[in-house]
Amino acid sequence: MSNAVVVIQNLSKTYGEISALHDINIKVMQGESFGLIGPDGAGKTTLFRILTTLLLPDSGSVAVCGFDVQKDYKAVRASIGYMPERFSLYQDLTVEENLAFFASVFGTTIRANYELIQDIYEQIEPFKNRRAGDLSGGMKQKLALSCALIHKPQVIFLDEPTTGVDAVSRKEFWQMLAKLKQSGITILVSTPYMDEAELCDRVALIQHGRIMDIDRPSAITSTFSGPLFALKSKQMYRLMRCLKAYEHTKSVFAFGDSIHYTDVRAENPIKAIRQHLQRHGFDDLEIEEIRPGIEDTFMALMEHKSESL
Amino acid sequence: MTTTVIDVSELTRKFGDFTAVDRISFQVLKGEIFGFLGANGAGKTTAIRMLIGLLRPTSGKASVSGFDVYTQTEAIKKSIGYMSQKFSLYQDLTVEENIRFYAGIYGLSDENIVEKSADVLERLALHPVRKSLIKELPLGWKQKLAFSIAMIHDPKIVFLDEPTGGVDPITRRQFWDMIYASADNGVTIFVTTHYMDEAEYCNRVSIMVDGRIAAMDSPRELKTAFQVKKMDDVFVKLARPTGAQTA
Amino acid sequence: MNSFIGFVRKEFYHIFRDRRTMTILFGMPIIQILLFGFAIRNEIDEVKLAILDLSKDTITKEITDKLLSSGYFLGVRQLTAASEIDDAFKQGLIDEAILFEPNFGHQLLKDGSASVQIITDGSNPNVSRIVTGYTSAVLQQYQQELADMQNRKVLIQPEFTMLFNPELKSVYLFVPGLMALILLLVSALMTSITITREKEYGTMEILLVSPLRPYQIILGKVIPYLVLSFINVLTILITAQIVFGVPCKGSIVLLLAESFLYILTALSLGILISTIAASQQVAMMISLAGLLLPTVLLSGFVFPITSMPWPLELISNIIPAKWFLIIVRGLMLKGVGLEIFWKETLILFGMTVLLVVISVKKFKIRLT
Repeated sequence: MSNAVVVIQNLSKTYGEISALHDINIKVMQGESFGLIGPDGAGKTTLFRILTTLLLPDSGSVAVCGFDVQKDYKAVRASIGYMPERFSLYQDLTVEENLAFFASVFGTTIRANYELIQDIYEQIEPFKNRRAGDLSGGMKQKLALSCALIHKPQVIFLDEPTTGVDAVSRKEFWQMLAKLKQSGITILVSTPYMDEAELCDRVALIQHGRIMDIDRPSAITSTFSGPLFALKSKQMYRLMRCLKAYEHTKSVFAFGDSIHYTDVRAENPIKAIRQHLQRHGFDDLEIEEIRPGIEDTFMALMEHKSESL
Repeated sequence: MTTTVIDVSELTRKFGDFTAVDRISFQVLKGEIFGFLGANGAGKTTAIRMLIGLLRPTSGKASVSGFDVYTQTEAIKKSIGYMSQKFSLYQDLTVEENIRFYAGIYGLSDENIVEKSADVLERLALHPVRKSLIKELPLGWKQKLAFSIAMIHDPKIVFLDEPTGGVDPITRRQFWDMIYASADNGVTIFVTTHYMDEAEYCNRVSIMVDGRIAAMDSPRELKTAFQVKKMDDVFVKLARPTGAQTA
Repeated sequence: MNSFIGFVRKEFYHIFRDRRTMTILFGMPIIQILLFGFAIRNEIDEVKLAILDLSKDTITKEITDKLLSSGYFLGVRQLTAASEIDDAFKQGLIDEAILFEPNFGHQLLKDGSASVQIITDGSNPNVSRIVTGYTSAVLQQYQQELADMQNRKVLIQPEFTMLFNPELKSVYLFVPGLMALILLLVSALMTSITITREKEYGTMEILLVSPLRPYQIILGKVIPYLVLSFINVLTILITAQIVFGVPCKGSIVLLLAESFLYILTALSLGILISTIAASQQVAMMISLAGLLLPTVLLSGFVFPITSMPWPLELISNIIPAKWFLIIVRGLMLKGVGLEIFWKETLILFGMTVLLVVISVKKFKIRLT
């Protein structure tokens, strides 16, 4: 019953010598929220621009809503919504004028599709006569999303909507997306924040123009090999250095208030680690095995990739 | 050991009727990593600009490395390092040229510049790309280089404005390794970030809400005080007391 | 169609909300024309005359009386040596000096012709031109009377000398030049900036992805400036007419039509610039250095094309303003019509078609 809204097959794109995207294969189903997770420069924006017909692929085929992005670009454009990364609206137009403009550009009116944006727009409606330039960051984002949705697209592309946005506004934005998803719209969103991956149905981890993995977040984290341990101490920096120098260390990364650690040994190493660290004077050590997150997996994949290169 | 290097008291900045920074007070100690958090538009940038001598406060007192922010802005600028996500290196100059340019600005001698350049290139393993233009480098390398350049004149305090935005998770940690190493050498780090896990790396954090400092303590104490597990939740509770209802 | 109207409306919002743009758009033409006009002073009700009469005979005396009784001149300063003329001008004591050579009357009666030097201040070309006009009229009238009396032909030959500015430039000549310049500025500069601004703000991506066709985007950008430029043409013409009495001797309809054509040329240049430039700054630089400067220097607005070295003269041919200037000068000052400047009109038309085709082709439906 669910059909593919976005189908990408063997897509590659190069800028001169630099390979921006390499052999990308992605299928996104109707009603899905799909995350493209990766740091700046990984190729997220390039991929989104190809999907929105703004760039042509070098090779491979890309179809959106059943239309080829190259041949039927007009049909694709009519059925998608797009919020580019640096999208900043028209600062000198009011909230309402911005929305009305984007509605008219797509040959519709605010009233005709009000239902879809109601939840979001209601929050900024009290400021509808304010210029977009005078809105706070969170409100601008809501307006931008409203503008991208006003023509009732089947699928919406959000390129790094939460970059540079504070943690609270980010949270609110994802809550809006969750609500939006209920209306059946397909959402493709890119982000450099690994913790946002868990909020998507499925994600693709992308680095240096290559997809490292693509699956449900829980399935991705289950590929993490070997047990992962979280270590805590009052002397975190020293603990870090001590672990880095430890002969059995496979990986060690700072992770908020703890350190995430994997060991090369097969048997459970907790006891051995504790002994080793006690010898180095860490009396307050806390150590426990934890479930890996997307960021752990991403880093493991990155390391794996750089080793295999 | 516990020398105060940044001393702020009742610092205020108004733009017309709008009070961007409202009577904030805090001290930062030598060698401390001080996280300066807050939602967009809470007044962080305005506060930092006052501290680095770019913006004159409306009222209140503040000193940085012992220099007054009203009268000794030139001395402040010489004694601090500054790096921001947006404006750091010249994209159309090479790695080496950027290092030399910034070292020159801070009045390093020619010998010193040569020595420092070699040192930075070696530490960051950038020697093979020293003649490449900055715009050809990956973001992570740029940010690490920008940090090294901000430290090139051995400042006692360094201000980092969202230094790791958009950087990949491994490079982000390498970046924090550099921060830790500097702090270990007695450099005071004043840093803003939107990554809440990075807030945990700080010795102390302050959280700004609507121009005021709503909370300030070590991450551990803050989490205890707010009875939550992650800094993320502390932030949410403070920044949007009613946040749970919206959206 | 609705989406197109919405687009144009949005453009007008941009223009009307930006006080700086508005000031430039509407203030500039008026200020420029007043500046240029008044720099070339235009008050001629009190001409101060000096006469250096080295002949001192009855004829020179009669001519002097005639000049004084004509009502154009205010007081006469009698000079005694030619060396005084220059100083008198520099100190602003006189607007015109008339010099009778020794034996003027004798020569006129004996040979039937004699010459008189009329010296004016070229730094006020307008005054200069009008004053010499008055003087010639008086001289001609006297010549006629004398001829009638003597029953034979006599010829008083005026020799005009202009101090300080031998090349006559008047406000009449400036108006066409100013029109060429302002229309270029408003049309090319403003359009290129507004398109590149959309690129900078990332809104261009949305517009490209929308069902709007490229030609609709271009037209939507262009129409507001077409309207404003046209208003500017009217402002310039009306200001020039009211304040300085600059006439339009030819057909006003034709003048407006030619202006319309020139605005289109400038607009298509603006679009072309915006397809090359990635930022507002670059667009501004290309417009100023690549369009404005050549237009000022090479269109014949400031320096006559005939006195340029041949390479520059050659280059001047690709400057639309050159052709527009020829057309407008012909229309306004000489009162000639299409039969005279059909060639120039055709060139301008050709340029416009070429530019529109190139810029529409270059305007990308995708990003690079």
